[in-house]
Amino acid sequence: MPRITVTVDGITYEEEVEPRLLLVHLLRDRLGKTGTPVGCDTGNCGACTVMLDGKSVKSCSVLAAQADECDVVTIEGLGRAGELHPMQQAFHAEHALQCGYCTPGMIMAAIDLLRDTPDPSDEAIREGLEGNLCRCTGYSNIVRAVRRGAREMSGETPAPATGGEVRTS
Amino acid sequence: MTEQLDAGLVGRQIAESDQLGDPKDGREVGRARRRKEDARLITGRTTWTDNIQLPGMLYVAFLRSPIAHARITRVDASAARARPGVVAALTGRDFADEQGSLPCAWPVSEDVVIPDHPPMASDEVRYVGEAVACVVATDRYKAVDALEAIEVDYEPLEAVLDMTEALAEGSPKVHEAGNQAFTWKFSGGDAEAAFRDAPVVIDRTYVQQRLIPTAMEPRAVVATTDGGSFTVYSATQIPHILRVMLALTTGIPEHRLRVIAPDVGGGFGSKLQVTAEEVLCLLLTRRLGKPVKWTESRSEGNLTVHHGRDQIQKISLAAERDGRIRGVRVDLLADMGAYLMLVTPGIPLLGAFMYNGIYKMDAYDFRCTGVFTTKMPTDAYRGAGRPEATFAIERTVDELAHELGMDPLEVRRRNWITHQEFPYATIAGLTYDSGNYEAATDRAMALLGYDKLRAEQADRRDRRDPVQLGIGVSTYTEMCGLAPSRVLGSLSYGAGGWEHAAVRVLPTGKVEVVTGSSAHGQGHETAWSQIAADALGVPFEDVSVLHGDTAIAPQGMDTYGSRSLVVGGIAVLRACEKVKAKAAELAAHLLEASPDDVEFSTGTFAVRGTSEGKTIQELALAAFAAHDLPEGFEPRLDAEVTFDPENFSFPHGTHLCAAEVDTETGMVRIRSYVAVDDVGHVVNPLIVEGQVHGGIAQGIAQALFEEAVYDSDGNLLTTTMADYLIPSAADLPDFVTDRTETPAASNPLGVKGVGEAGTIASTPAVVNAIVDALRPYGVNDVPMPCTPERVWRTLAGAAPPGSTAAGRGGAGESEGGER
Repeated sequence: MPRITVTVDGITYEEEVEPRLLLVHLLRDRLGKTGTPVGCDTGNCGACTVMLDGKSVKSCSVLAAQADECDVVTIEGLGRAGELHPMQQAFHAEHALQCGYCTPGMIMAAIDLLRDTPDPSDEAIREGLEGNLCRCTGYSNIVRAVRRGAREMSGETPAPATGGEVRTS
Repeated sequence: MTEQLDAGLVGRQIAESDQLGDPKDGREVGRARRRKEDARLITGRTTWTDNIQLPGMLYVAFLRSPIAHARITRVDASAARARPGVVAALTGRDFADEQGSLPCAWPVSEDVVIPDHPPMASDEVRYVGEAVACVVATDRYKAVDALEAIEVDYEPLEAVLDMTEALAEGSPKVHEAGNQAFTWKFSGGDAEAAFRDAPVVIDRTYVQQRLIPTAMEPRAVVATTDGGSFTVYSATQIPHILRVMLALTTGIPEHRLRVIAPDVGGGFGSKLQVTAEEVLCLLLTRRLGKPVKWTESRSEGNLTVHHGRDQIQKISLAAERDGRIRGVRVDLLADMGAYLMLVTPGIPLLGAFMYNGIYKMDAYDFRCTGVFTTKMPTDAYRGAGRPEATFAIERTVDELAHELGMDPLEVRRRNWITHQEFPYATIAGLTYDSGNYEAATDRAMALLGYDKLRAEQADRRDRRDPVQLGIGVSTYTEMCGLAPSRVLGSLSYGAGGWEHAAVRVLPTGKVEVVTGSSAHGQGHETAWSQIAADALGVPFEDVSVLHGDTAIAPQGMDTYGSRSLVVGGIAVLRACEKVKAKAAELAAHLLEASPDDVEFSTGTFAVRGTSEGKTIQELALAAFAAHDLPEGFEPRLDAEVTFDPENFSFPHGTHLCAAEVDTETGMVRIRSYVAVDDVGHVVNPLIVEGQVHGGIAQGIAQALFEEAVYDSDGNLLTTTMADYLIPSAADLPDFVTDRTETPAASNPLGVKGVGEAGTIASTPAVVNAIVDALRPYGVNDVPMPCTPERVWRTLAGAAPPGSTAAGRGGAGESEGGER
């Protein structure tokens, strides 16, 4: 069995893995990183999105063996010194989640989107998150959250959270 | 190295951002509180059922029928037992003496046929995906591997796929008793008279395509036992109902069964079920004495999570030439699939009281025939019967408007119940307690810019623009807050519709609210905290809400049918009031005052006209210590309430959709979508808006994208998320939402419920917009989902491809006109 060395959320692991073992199953079943859920078998839903060497991947579509010598960050490793990542904070502030199952992947994908496009338009956000499906929110609040997260990550003071009555984007 | 998140710090950040909600006169109810639930969900500290690991846990995989209808002549699992890591490989025969039959709790009529529904088939399979064997192994890969070693011989039988053909003489039978599951009739007024000599009669046939609910969290079950008692963790909406049903199905005594719904990732009705896998996992842990876990793959889920909708609706509407509706007749065929599951036959009947919509009329006639086919059973999906009814009446009223050359909103105005007329007893026998359709419609028209868009539409028509504009209207209402128990009884439902709550003020003054509601994304922890904080005068942060575990919240009727706030939330309020009454009695005793002289204000009980008082926290400690209590006063400050509502609640609203339809490609683009909903008073506007958004998205998805497609042999073709298209962010517009507010008269909070409103309203708004755009081309219907191909074929005058055999009513099938 291949032996891999992989760093996950700052901890280095040495693991023997079956060649067919999926990264998401390594994370969930072996390393206890259950913050990253599985939503489909076909790479469509994006719930299992994590960062692999700084880029977002769907961990159901990556073999554990491919993560050898790689640095993986999951939703559990976001945020530093006990603080929420601005994107986590933004999802909370804009009510961008309901059941929360897609949320870890959505947050990781949103952060990756901003890496390429730090100040995306609404359309760019919608296109950029096309690979991450949410069944609860209808996406409007997710778009708002990503915008808010972008502002905070660029150091701007965020506008007060919108809430309640008539809202258009 | 990334440091671990500090729970306290995260909690503080969450608490700080929670202050963002706008406080209204210091009250919690009505405030846009950020959700308590979010802290664990945005940091990955969740307890999805699949996350649960127990010592010695084994993994279950099911072998499923690849054939829609067949006799099983042989199953041999012996080779699988020899595979590495395999602990057991079992077939339907192995479970025969213990598995019972999956329950149907809604025997809707005298003539209903409820076929035996073994959790694992042993003699005959009746849909693709039905379980025929299972493997239990030491890890999930080994379990799936060993399925290959199980041999099953099938003797194919004819698939039954089309409802009309299924009811015809000589059709192959799904069950020995035949393919008719039930018939059900309802009428109000004299439909015969209403249709006799009616100047205008509109006849239409609409197909509600089969949908797959597709909660993001796949189903999962963990079952464990200590030998005497059993615990089942399940991704379910209904831990309480599931406990009763598992006891009745397996014979395991109810008091030895505990059911836990941990974090549940969405349901939309699909987790309102008692599933084969839940029963079988329970039986497996009993048999093997080890904890077992099963988690479905998405493909397995598309095949075997119950489906929704799948009805053929024949609707006739009689009217005067001035647009006044005389009466409506509905004849419904409802596909049950292969078996009647928990509430399968009741789903179309939840719509039976809604085909009259918000309109006054003299007569209404409804009949429904439930039909067995060799497909996955149908059951509750967001809205459950009411989206179908709303679609049919809202589409038909648009057809009436077109027939009369009137604006669709003008026809509605002539027929709807005016705000002065509430409470209003409808022709379908319900009493709508409150509403203001005029206000919601006026607001929606203003937000959309209705008149301006109509002008643009006229211009595009004049110019013969290849991209036409349509404006779709949906003025819906729904019955929710399921439900008064006596009404459920009169409809032959097997249980009541009450809800339970317990409120405990702990010795330190903190509050525990125990609710029988079972949230899976709805935000009850936040909303119930707001209700309790106001009622008891305690800080929002001092309330915690416990739910979803029959050992912690032993009584409940769970979450579905937009019932949780209207029934469960009111139960919480009542329990708080009971606690308060108890606290007032104790305060009077300690203050040596008459109870009549004690006043309650923001958490303090004081003697009127004095500054002397006791806080609820002080009283909780005094009631806990129990040193000095009034005569007959039971220690502790807590109370329980079981609340049974007196009526349904009736949210309503006006949704307007402006859609551009490219007549050359068939592509539909929603240009703007406005929703003005009246859900009564609102506990948390942020949560309400989120529910509306998500609901609209699912309704749009039915209109434009989603369909469970079976081929002519009964194989499901849409087994993955690549084939069954739930919309992504790029597929949906932003939504403009607003609210009007007429309080519900049936409960003290004036709340109406909001979980299903968006889904009920939006589907007809979208399809009405598409048809409206294409009227100049002679189009009066486009079958759902209105994909570019369907729109294009409708325009080309060709019949859309019948992907399922069920009659795809296109433009050609409907007719309307003057009689």
